Amino acid sequence: MSVTIAKSLDLKGLSCPMPIIKTAKAMKELAPGQLLEAFATDPGSVPDFKAWAQATGNTLVESGQQGEVFHFVLKKKEI
Amino acid sequence: MLNDVLVLGGGVGGTIVANLVAKEVGDKARITVVDTTGIHVYQPGFLYVAIGQEKPAALKRPEADLLRHEIKLVAERATHVDPVAQKVVLASGRTLRYDELVLATGSRTVMEEVPGGAGAHDFYTMDGAIRLFEALKEFQGGTILIGVAGIPYKCPPAPVEFVFLLDDYLRSRHIRDKSEIKLLSPLNRAFTIEATSKLVQPILGERGIELTGFFNVESVDPIAKTVTSLEGETMSYDLLVLVPPHRGQKVIEDSGLGDERGWVPVDKNTLKHTKLEHVWAVGDTTAIPISKSGSTAHYEATIVAAEIAAVVKGEAAPTHVYDGKVMCFLETGQGQATTISFDYDHPPVSPTPARRWHWAKTLFNKTYWHTVPQGRLP
Repeated sequence: MSVTIAKSLDLKGLSCPMPIIKTAKAMKELAPGQLLEAFATDPGSVPDFKAWAQATGNTLVESGQQGEVFHFVLKKKEI
Repeated sequence: MLNDVLVLGGGVGGTIVANLVAKEVGDKARITVVDTTGIHVYQPGFLYVAIGQEKPAALKRPEADLLRHEIKLVAERATHVDPVAQKVVLASGRTLRYDELVLATGSRTVMEEVPGGAGAHDFYTMDGAIRLFEALKEFQGGTILIGVAGIPYKCPPAPVEFVFLLDDYLRSRHIRDKSEIKLLSPLNRAFTIEATSKLVQPILGERGIELTGFFNVESVDPIAKTVTSLEGETMSYDLLVLVPPHRGQKVIEDSGLGDERGWVPVDKNTLKHTKLEHVWAVGDTTAIPISKSGSTAHYEATIVAAEIAAVVKGEAAPTHVYDGKVMCFLETGQGQATTISFDYDHPPVSPTPARRWHWAKTLFNKTYWHTVPQGRLP
């Protein structure tokens, strides 16, 4: 089964805590189970995305880095 | 021919640029400051007005008293900037042309963007701070929530400072044991800067101030007295204090000089507009992802003044550029404070909170009128 990304966010150049806030806003628009991907350059976003997902019950499906860009995939929690 | 240097905004950034350019170029330029009210307001003092430690009148001075005598002050609202014709239109319809333009218009608060936000207090405007202190005087106990309804906002340490000063205030009224103070943070820590969070979080614990992380305020229900976060959590309050969302000024948005929130894109080192010639921006006005604070405006203004003075004198641009320097005080209550210093290349450092930092902040606030606007501090 292919994985469909419902929304993609470009958060490059933004500094903490903007990536988390923009992500929280975007996740709110998704249906339960849908996926969101985000690209950020702030190194602080790595621990912040992990902690945010844990605190809010969403799942950080993927977290990686290519050059200076960090890549995250989040899955919206089921109700 | 004389150069016309036009500065929009008579806050800390605009005033320093105007004074330093005037001092440097003498009669080689006509310098004009356009300011909506003609009154200079020391915004860092709002925090103290909100808890009754400062009088509103002490935070205002006529801008004309802070400008060198050769600078012309126009106390009128700028409504439009035409960067092609190099002119600015004022509310009266009068136009002013410029050779070099400095956008120092700052930020504005837009609590109306928060559904139900009218039910919240704030200390980000003079009126808001006055109303908040009136409400605090009436407060006899209950839950006070302090949250953030939009980023970026002015003076990032202010919400943390407010909860500490609020703790002091409620103790002085002997109602602290009947009150809960809860700080709602956008992240899972008290402050965006991790090193500073590590310093202040234990103090929050000692003072009985509760920290709720990842609570980005989305809406308020002023009837039910609840606030709901983007993360889906709802909390009840008796008194709600919010950091309102901020935007750039309307003249920036109406003239298409900024991004979708009205922040002006500039080079982070030279502070020149990324697309427009002869246009600079300083302080809150810029889109640089750095603290919106008087300190930032102050350091940026000295750089922009040197660059404009070089243009006026026909000299090469100075090699010294803005390095991202920011220095803020952070009150931790009970007569103590710490500081936060950093730049683009050096991560933030904060000393252990101590009385001397509180006194340094107090001294700075008192001497501001005679030092900073005139550009007497480096």
